[in-house]
Amino acid sequence: MTIGIGHYLAVGAILFTLGIVGIFLNRKNVIIILMSIELILLSVNINLVAFSTFLGDIVGQVYALIVLTVAAAEAAIGLAILVAYFRNRGSISVEDINLMKG
Amino acid sequence: MIITAIFFYLFAGICVASAVMVIASRNPVHSVLFLILAFVNAAGLFVLMGAEFLAMILIVVYVGAVAVLFLFVVMMLDVDFAELGRGVLNYLPIGGLVGAILLAELLVVVGGWAIGPNVMGAITAPIPPAGDVNNTQAIGLVLYTRYVYFFEAAGIILLVAMIGAIVLTLRHKPNVRRQNIAQQVARGPATAVELVKVKSGQGLS
Amino acid sequence: MYEAVVALPLLGAIIAGVIALLGARNRLPGEDPPPPDDDHAAPLVPGAYPHGAPDAGTAHGAFADSHGEEPAAAPPAAGSQMAELITTTLLVIACVLSWYAFYDVGFLGHEARVSLFPYIVSGDLHADWALRVDPLTAVMLVVVTTVSSLVHLYSIGYMADDPYRPRFFSYLSFFTFAMLMLVTADNLLQLFFGWEGVGLASYLLIGFWFYKPEANAAAIKAFIVNRVGDFGFSLGIFSVFVLTGAIDFDTVFAQAPGLVGKSFHFLSWDFDALTVICLLLFMGAMGKSAQFLLHTWLPDAMEGPTPVSALIHAATMVTAGVFMVARLSPLFELAPDAKAFVVFIGATTAMFAATIGLVQNDIKRIIAYSTCSQLGYMFVAMGAGAYSVGMFHLFTHAFFKALLFLGSGSVILAMHHEQDIRHMGGLWRKIPFTYAVMLIGTLALTGFPFTAGYFSKDAIIESAAVAKGAMSSYGFIMTVAAAALTSFYSWRLIFKTFHGEPHDPHHYEAAHESPMVMLVPLAILAVGSLAAGWPALGLFTGESAIGFFRESLKYAPGNTVLEDMEHIPLYVALAPTVMMIAGFLVAYQFYIRRPDLPAALARDHSVLYRFLLNKWYFDEIYDFLFVRPALWLGRLLWKGGDGFVIDGFGPDGVSSRVLDVTRSVIRLQTGYLYHYAFAMLIGVAALITWFMFSGVHG
Repeated sequence: MTIGIGHYLAVGAILFTLGIVGIFLNRKNVIIILMSIELILLSVNINLVAFSTFLGDIVGQVYALIVLTVAAAEAAIGLAILVAYFRNRGSISVEDINLMKG
Repeated sequence: MIITAIFFYLFAGICVASAVMVIASRNPVHSVLFLILAFVNAAGLFVLMGAEFLAMILIVVYVGAVAVLFLFVVMMLDVDFAELGRGVLNYLPIGGLVGAILLAELLVVVGGWAIGPNVMGAITAPIPPAGDVNNTQAIGLVLYTRYVYFFEAAGIILLVAMIGAIVLTLRHKPNVRRQNIAQQVARGPATAVELVKVKSGQGLS
Repeated sequence: MYEAVVALPLLGAIIAGVIALLGARNRLPGEDPPPPDDDHAAPLVPGAYPHGAPDAGTAHGAFADSHGEEPAAAPPAAGSQMAELITTTLLVIACVLSWYAFYDVGFLGHEARVSLFPYIVSGDLHADWALRVDPLTAVMLVVVTTVSSLVHLYSIGYMADDPYRPRFFSYLSFFTFAMLMLVTADNLLQLFFGWEGVGLASYLLIGFWFYKPEANAAAIKAFIVNRVGDFGFSLGIFSVFVLTGAIDFDTVFAQAPGLVGKSFHFLSWDFDALTVICLLLFMGAMGKSAQFLLHTWLPDAMEGPTPVSALIHAATMVTAGVFMVARLSPLFELAPDAKAFVVFIGATTAMFAATIGLVQNDIKRIIAYSTCSQLGYMFVAMGAGAYSVGMFHLFTHAFFKALLFLGSGSVILAMHHEQDIRHMGGLWRKIPFTYAVMLIGTLALTGFPFTAGYFSKDAIIESAAVAKGAMSSYGFIMTVAAAALTSFYSWRLIFKTFHGEPHDPHHYEAAHESPMVMLVPLAILAVGSLAAGWPALGLFTGESAIGFFRESLKYAPGNTVLEDMEHIPLYVALAPTVMMIAGFLVAYQFYIRRPDLPAALARDHSVLYRFLLNKWYFDEIYDFLFVRPALWLGRLLWKGGDGFVIDGFGPDGVSSRVLDVTRSVIRLQTGYLYHYAFAMLIGVAALITWFMFSGVHG
């Protein structure tokens, strides 16, 4: 069968959902959250490239390249914050991060 | 065509499965490794779509840098695995339900996709036929001409991220001896040399 | 001149009031004399007065200390002497002026209408501050100012030890001012102003010793019972305005004949207009003059100082009701049913109060019930149509009743604030002057021939005998019977107080005559009790009375009482005297010859004795019927209505609901990021669902 754009978009959608579910379904540690964010960004990239291919427009891939860059930067900063937080609090369990409790 | 379909389903299936394992895995190191697997398979999908440059960049940047960074941090943080892993199942029903709803809606949207008739005419930068230029060239032709500002901005973002990461995590350990090169070089005869008048036959004491 | 008569007491009241306030400021804040060591816990609920004999016995007066020392921290108020001198002087001046006015208006015929200021001008209602001086007013002016000035003088001596004299004299003068406004009123509104003013002054003066809870309760009781009467009075004024369109006397009296036979439609019933008006107005008189059913406040009003009892509850305030009926005689003459009711109430009161007075043990309460009874006499005369006769008794009664009260005050002071006659005895040797004047007062009260009371009281009984109204025979019988009882209890008081063996040797030894400043008023009043009768006979009775009062008292064409009184059968003329002698003899037997008889009689008829001693259980009945339900209703509205409904649904309720909502909302802010992300996810899912099913338009 012909793999149309819908298939790729479906894969992107599944990865997106998995990333979102991963954010709030984990009790383990904050790194899982960061990895879920990477999954979400990956799904966005797949989406962009799929459209680029099926519309014949190279801009999609350029945009995906930029997104990739930003994702990498954001992952670095996020991990740096995590390290600093771990040094101060001694734990990265998600359940301990509730200082904003009202 | 059938090969395309087989490879598509292969890559897509492993990608989704490893994404699930990223979330569900108990050991964070396993999660990172599964993340790497997901990235690799996504790169395969990119190759299938004809964006080989992006696929390689994905491998180099994501897998080679970001995932390795994750691995470093996971191993550096002294996490007690035993106390983690509890409490997932409380929220699984409601979270899973909401996630499933979201997925269903996205699929409905995606499945009924129809590309508008005048979209094809609004393409900004058409891909040159594959025989003339390869993907890398095609991207380069556009990236350094029309989108050079975004390119430079991406570079600055990376610079800022690097500075930020260093600022956040740099600690000076108190008992590490360092060199202050400038001070060393700026040492002059006033502090380095002491002129002593010595009587002959006497030593320095 | 008339403005001066009315304004001088007001001036005195204001000056004394300023002195009192300035003195209060100079004293330490919050300084009250310590409450006296009373042993009976009087409830503050009016009406629920502890019944039984001890209620009079333990009332030692303000400073309940058997050794006669004042409570420690009570120096006399600054400026007391100045206050008492100024007020007394001003009142004496007013008294002289009113005697001159009496001569001027009564004998020279110079009636006056002095309009002072406009008061209310609103639509059809025009009311001015205006003084109306006609013979009726002149008589009242004389009575009020004379008794008031004598009471002022007497109080200088009686209240000499009280630390709050300026306040007392201020209140006394204020009362006098209000009473004068009442008697000089030219319209119903000003009369009502004076009416309320004397009610207020009565409250202030009864509760003068405010640190005694019984005094406060008595003051509230007096005010509230008066209020019930005032309610009827107000309704009467309103109905007068509705039916005649005016409230000043001249207009109303001119229109009154036109209202005869008119009926008044109210709640699907038709009432005779004039009867309704007169009955409502009389309700006010019932309250103010302590007639039957609204009498409960008068005995308790004896909690006030004795001069107050003399002035207010003997001579002036309680006679305001009588005066009002006299003033409104043009209306009453046209409503014979109302007059019959007046006679009925008056006669019943006369009898009822006399029966209670038989067994009371507090000297002041005996005289109070006597006052109540004598007021009933006055209303009998009024209802019988002999208005001037009623005024005659008012005039003489003021003298001898004030004399009796002030004399009893002298006795109380001599016995060092002891008021129970069972603890007295044999005092005629120790305080002979007081004994003499009390004797004169008693003779006048019982109607001994040629005293003032003889003429006025006999005139009332004769008028009741010849009146043609429906209730007049009832009135006649009751007044004659009450005469016997009056004589009995008056002589009982004299015998138990002044004769026999002293029951309290300690107080008896210390008893001494009162100072001159108290004895002079007693002497003047004694002279009045003797001399105010025969010379005034022509002014108040017979044909000449109509000539004296001229237009101020109206007599309907069929009202020939004053004339018929001259032609009465002999038994009617002699009946009161016979009753008086009978009462005297019985009292003599009971208290001089056989002192053991009263106690034996009380034991044998203990139910009747207790019934009379407890004032026919009126206080208990009223407490059950009115006070408890009122308190219950008040508590219901307070706790239930105000507390539960208004506060509950209003401020408190709203704030509680706000707190509840907040407490629920707080649970959303857990501090966990993934909760917030989950909330965002739910929001996104909801939005997408909504857009999917409603479609994105445009």
